[in-house]
Amino acid sequence: MPAEAIFMAGKIGFVFFLVLNLAGVLGWVERKQSALMQDRIGANRAPIFGITAIGLFHPLADAIKAFTKEDFIPARAHKLFHTLAPFIALVPALTAFAVIPFGDTLTIGGETTQLVVADLDVGVLFVFAIMSLATFGVVLAGWSSYNNYSMLGGLRASAQMLSYEIVMGLTLVGVFMVYGSLQLTEIARAQGEYFVFGGVNTWIPKWGILTQPLAFFLFLTAAVAESKRLPFDVAEAESELVAGYFTEYSGMKFLMFWMAEFVEIVVISALVATLFLGGWQIPWLHPDGLHVPFTAIVVGLPSLVVSMMGVGAFLMKVFVLIWLQMTIRWTLPRFRYDQIMRLGWKMILPLALVNVVLTGFVVLLLNR
Amino acid sequence: MLGEYVPVLITLVVAMGLAATFILLTTILGPKRYLRVKMEPFECGVEQLVSPRRRFSVKFYLVAMLFILFDIEVVFLYPWAVRFRELGWYGFGAMMIFLGVVFITLAYEWRKGALDWD
Amino acid sequence: MAEPENELHTDEMILNIGPSHPATHGTVRVLATLDGENIVNADVEIGYLHRAFEKSCEHGTWQQAFPYTDRLNYNSAIINNVAYAMGVEKLLGIDVPERCRFIRTIASEISRVADHLTCIGPSAMEVGAFSTFLYFVEARELMWDLIESLCGARLTNNYVRIGGVKADLPADFAEKLKAHFVKTRQLIDDVDKLLTHNRIFIDRMRGTGVLSAEDAIDWGWTGPCLRSTGVPLDLRKDEPYLVYDQVDFDVPVGEYGDNFDRYLVRMEEMHQSMRMVEQLLEKIPEGPINVEDTRVRWPAKQLVYSRMEELINHFKIVFEGVQPPKGEAYAAVESPNGELGFYLVSDGSGKPVKVRCRPPGFANLQALGPILKGGMLSDLVPSFGMINMIGGECDR
Repeated sequence: MPAEAIFMAGKIGFVFFLVLNLAGVLGWVERKQSALMQDRIGANRAPIFGITAIGLFHPLADAIKAFTKEDFIPARAHKLFHTLAPFIALVPALTAFAVIPFGDTLTIGGETTQLVVADLDVGVLFVFAIMSLATFGVVLAGWSSYNNYSMLGGLRASAQMLSYEIVMGLTLVGVFMVYGSLQLTEIARAQGEYFVFGGVNTWIPKWGILTQPLAFFLFLTAAVAESKRLPFDVAEAESELVAGYFTEYSGMKFLMFWMAEFVEIVVISALVATLFLGGWQIPWLHPDGLHVPFTAIVVGLPSLVVSMMGVGAFLMKVFVLIWLQMTIRWTLPRFRYDQIMRLGWKMILPLALVNVVLTGFVVLLLNR
Repeated sequence: MLGEYVPVLITLVVAMGLAATFILLTTILGPKRYLRVKMEPFECGVEQLVSPRRRFSVKFYLVAMLFILFDIEVVFLYPWAVRFRELGWYGFGAMMIFLGVVFITLAYEWRKGALDWD
Repeated sequence: MAEPENELHTDEMILNIGPSHPATHGTVRVLATLDGENIVNADVEIGYLHRAFEKSCEHGTWQQAFPYTDRLNYNSAIINNVAYAMGVEKLLGIDVPERCRFIRTIASEISRVADHLTCIGPSAMEVGAFSTFLYFVEARELMWDLIESLCGARLTNNYVRIGGVKADLPADFAEKLKAHFVKTRQLIDDVDKLLTHNRIFIDRMRGTGVLSAEDAIDWGWTGPCLRSTGVPLDLRKDEPYLVYDQVDFDVPVGEYGDNFDRYLVRMEEMHQSMRMVEQLLEKIPEGPINVEDTRVRWPAKQLVYSRMEELINHFKIVFEGVQPPKGEAYAAVESPNGELGFYLVSDGSGKPVKVRCRPPGFANLQALGPILKGGMLSDLVPSFGMINMIGGECDR
């Protein structure tokens, strides 16, 4: 029992350490990557004892600045809801990490644990349930600010997030059909298997991107839309609604919306990595070591090394997906509101339904 | 069974504690200077013309109603998707009828213009 | 009991876009009545940047109005200078030397490129494409480098004088221009790749802000906005001034009169302008850059210090101003946004009696309300951006 408690404390600590640092570092990554894409230098100040570390301390400076800024609440705003909104926006995003597996089992001193805070059998449902709560934060922020732009931003955000929640949920049905589980660890583990055609092992892993290619693209699109970033950022479109639902926020409360956005990027990346890119899996690497393709040779590796490599692989996949989202963010123009709705309801939703039918056919035919 | 949720609860509490600390700190640390004009909501530098707390366009409600319709259908799909292999062709056929209804619903809404914004 | 219709009505929302709003890069106010996301009605309110330009001009001598004209359309200040100078020269009845006309044309076309860059870049940024904005800012810096090498100033140039220009082309101008144009073309091509075939960008621009050719003429549209509706009106072709009759260039026109056509017309005009500048630099003749008329031309500093007559002449020009004969004149040029005209009245004294400016932005902006009506709120952003209203010029 004490070992279990230590493991749990360690895992929760690791997740929070990772997420909060990532959220901070992402602020830096976004600046630097956008600078790189735009022929600029980007953030490179904020020194500590003269060391600037190519601007890495900027998130820290941001935090200090945000904490010491005036916490502004408009006179006619609903004070309680105005304060509650950033809280509701940030908490679900952080909590969603509890069910995302960041590695395979870890064995230390004879004790084995799955590298996930809570290995729920309804993992994906939990993520959806908890993420949908973030909508309330946005809507409350829009409504409580007593500002026309906030109001319209909140309305846009709620309509958009509701629409894309359906789409996200539907695109994943195909994945559940293929792997037969809602449990994220199960889905990730199942992706370590190989495609076997007519008794011949192809040594191609059954990653979600290969078994459900259509779902991968649809889900990624829907997930980016759900995170309300460009090209789907009509809720905070600065050229139309000034800053959308958080127009009337300042200081740390403003930063909390900003953080929630970054944490959401990490959640989406982690979810996509787990569902479609094999989670912690590295092709041909199994708990007992590296299996050389098309042979029976096994290069043995200690299980601790394999576990750590798994965590590394998972983080690498997450980083690649974050990079992808940032690149999209700084390349594409913004959709118009009706175009977002049309994309969700008239393109992705029918395609997701077709994907369910097709998956059903193929899986049942291959099962024969 | 519910023991699985204990770590989730702990995570939730930690997250809430963190967020609450943020809000508390910014409230304490920031300066407070109130001016009547400053406390006005931002309206591009002019006085607010209309209150934002009014009825808003019915089109936004429509999205919410559509959401409820389709979200329930999606939730119905989940248990079936998980037990899909065991249910086989029979389950598949049954679900195809259900999905057919969903398709018809979508087509109907499409034709009725419920998905159009102009 | 209330009627069911009244019970179920939806309220229209009045949204205030401006005067201090990220989309209104110029201070203008659009009162948009919204039904959900659709604009039912849009009232455009101008005048936030009014600073009595026309009246201010009457208080100085004819020369002293040049810095004021810089601040009309500050993106292409030299074109304003040229238009005003042409008006005064018409009053005076003088012709400027050939080399001066070439230099004025070159400077005008470089300014035109800078202006179009400043129009498309921020408009693209406002529909979300931030990177393209910075590419165009970089290109604009290159254009301003060229302008700076001409007159020392980057933004408010004050380059043109009555009867000439301030300074001749610097010795290394042609080389510098060649290098800068290579880089600018590259940047324009980059943006072209990022935007012109971008589905999202096309969806945002195509079919929004449509105005028919007849309506455009009725509203007094000129420039790229009018040409986007298919009317090939361009003063450089139709009433050639300076040396536009000596260069070969095309006037791009649009087909549908929507925002995307306005974007395409401007993109092509930049290429045409650069083509023109390159031709002009090959053809430019040697010679003086100022008229030799002592009524207009300041004597050389050396002579002012050494000879009495020249000193008096200098004193009289500076203090009394150039004195055009009694009369009136209208001179118009094709500014980047349309016809920029100056109607000048002289009573024979050194100060203008009336300086009336016909800014293209004022006429173009009139039609903003009508083209927004019936569209979505988000269409306001590209429509406003592509009309390219310049506050300094529209409100004067």
